[in-house]
Amino acid sequence: MKTKSNIERLLEAGKFVVTSECGPPRGSDTEVIRKKGELLKGVVDAVNVTDNQTSIVRMSSLASCLILKEMGFDPIWQVVCRDRNRIAIQSDILGAAALGINNILCLSGDHQSFGDHPKAKNVYDIDSIQLIQTVKTLRDDGKFLGGDEVKGKPNLFIGAAENPFGDPFEIRAMRLGKKVKAGCDFIQTQGIYNLEKFGKWMEMVRDLGLHEKCAILAGVIPLKSAGMAKHMKKNVPGMDVPDSLIERLSGVPKEKQAEEGIKICVEMIQQLKEIKGVRGVHIMAIEWEQKVAEIAKAAGLSPRPQA
Amino acid sequence: MIVAKRKLFDDLYAKASAHKKVLLLGCGTCVTVCMAGGEKEVDILDSQLKLAAKERGGDFEVTTHTIVRQCDDEFFNEETSRKIAAADAVISLACGVGIQFCSEKYPEKRVYAGVNTVFYGATVEQGLWEERCAGCGECIVDKFSGICPVARCSKSLMNGPCGGATNGKCEVSDEIDCAWALIIKRMKELGTLEELSEITPPRDWSTARDGGPRRVVHESLRLDEGAKKDS
Repeated sequence: MKTKSNIERLLEAGKFVVTSECGPPRGSDTEVIRKKGELLKGVVDAVNVTDNQTSIVRMSSLASCLILKEMGFDPIWQVVCRDRNRIAIQSDILGAAALGINNILCLSGDHQSFGDHPKAKNVYDIDSIQLIQTVKTLRDDGKFLGGDEVKGKPNLFIGAAENPFGDPFEIRAMRLGKKVKAGCDFIQTQGIYNLEKFGKWMEMVRDLGLHEKCAILAGVIPLKSAGMAKHMKKNVPGMDVPDSLIERLSGVPKEKQAEEGIKICVEMIQQLKEIKGVRGVHIMAIEWEQKVAEIAKAAGLSPRPQA
Repeated sequence: MIVAKRKLFDDLYAKASAHKKVLLLGCGTCVTVCMAGGEKEVDILDSQLKLAAKERGGDFEVTTHTIVRQCDDEFFNEETSRKIAAADAVISLACGVGIQFCSEKYPEKRVYAGVNTVFYGATVEQGLWEERCAGCGECIVDKFSGICPVARCSKSLMNGPCGGATNGKCEVSDEIDCAWALIIKRMKELGTLEELSEITPPRDWSTARDGGPRRVVHESLRLDEGAKKDS
């Protein structure tokens, strides 16, 4: 084991892992996080904490991670390259490790034009792949990007996101290969709705042997309604929502659509579990955290092994 | 070339009307090509200001003059100096370089910017200019099949594309081509796609924006005097 990460331990033991996410609040009230945390207790093996997702200012990801850690979680600290340069990022990595954070998820970050501060200047001093490399260099070589020695290496289990549906499709697996080469230990994918296309991507991933070098956790996002499915298809960058799914949701009365959405999500998880190389599932129930327990249970993923 | 866009008229009118005699100073190089601040645009602004002054009861005099380049000492000749001296203020329609150069040359004169300098780019079709270069100080376009990710990717990613690209378009807007989609397409055509599996390490941005203005020195071209001043 490289780290004290709960998911690393479970993955090494060959377990199918379950993660979910928690978006920090738009204020300094810790109760919001604690409430979300309560809903996920005993349901997941680790919880992602988003870093100003969709470029909307929220409580810091690291601070929120610490609150969840106090509650007994093993948080996955998300870090985007949009807002910090290599000095700030490396400093935060040391700080996170010092506070007992065991997992980092390295991301480029949504462009600031999506958020509530579109006039902000972005940073992108380094990109997500370079960030993975940075964490690995700090952890394994004990070196800063500048070359100096680190006194007290940060032991973080390194994750990244990958969108199997992003364009151009044929280079997506190659790009995952780059992330693995950079030092990625695990991957959480974009929400999967198009199982066929995901299957093709996994085939490319297996052909490159990447599933053996890096644990792939398949992402799912339960749909609340046909409207949400249409919105995702149209407005969320890199999302692939097949029309058949929208039709299935539209086919049931409005008040039953949420229930149908959960059903779809559970079926999806069950099918994903069968795909060779999928080592876990990442359930992203956006502002719908109360449903994660239900989904996990219905998909046969509870109870979780003791942390 | 340097591409600029003229500032809003009301903004320029407010500046002009704060003085008695205003000189509109055009530039005959980049801003002429991108139709922001050449002789023609100076004439248009001149007419607009005069018309508006009549309508709004403005009491100021406008004169015009355009020189070949405002970023070059030799083009500020005697005639130009005389015209500048005769005015209370200058609205320079040159790029940010020209405006500053003009200010430095006539330190006693108030010089206003008549245009917003936007980027280094080219005319991609009639009436449309697009950015191509960020002037980052270390050209890497050959590594990426002639397409610059620093200037053309919304996140300046060195190992793109990000997960947000759809159908060859950027996540920011479907009117923006994903630079990485262009890079990949071109590298495929060139048969060099395999090169993309190499990780591009964090780049040295010190060439892009450093302490103070960046400088280029050609020792062999320098006069003894300048070299001495620097050493």
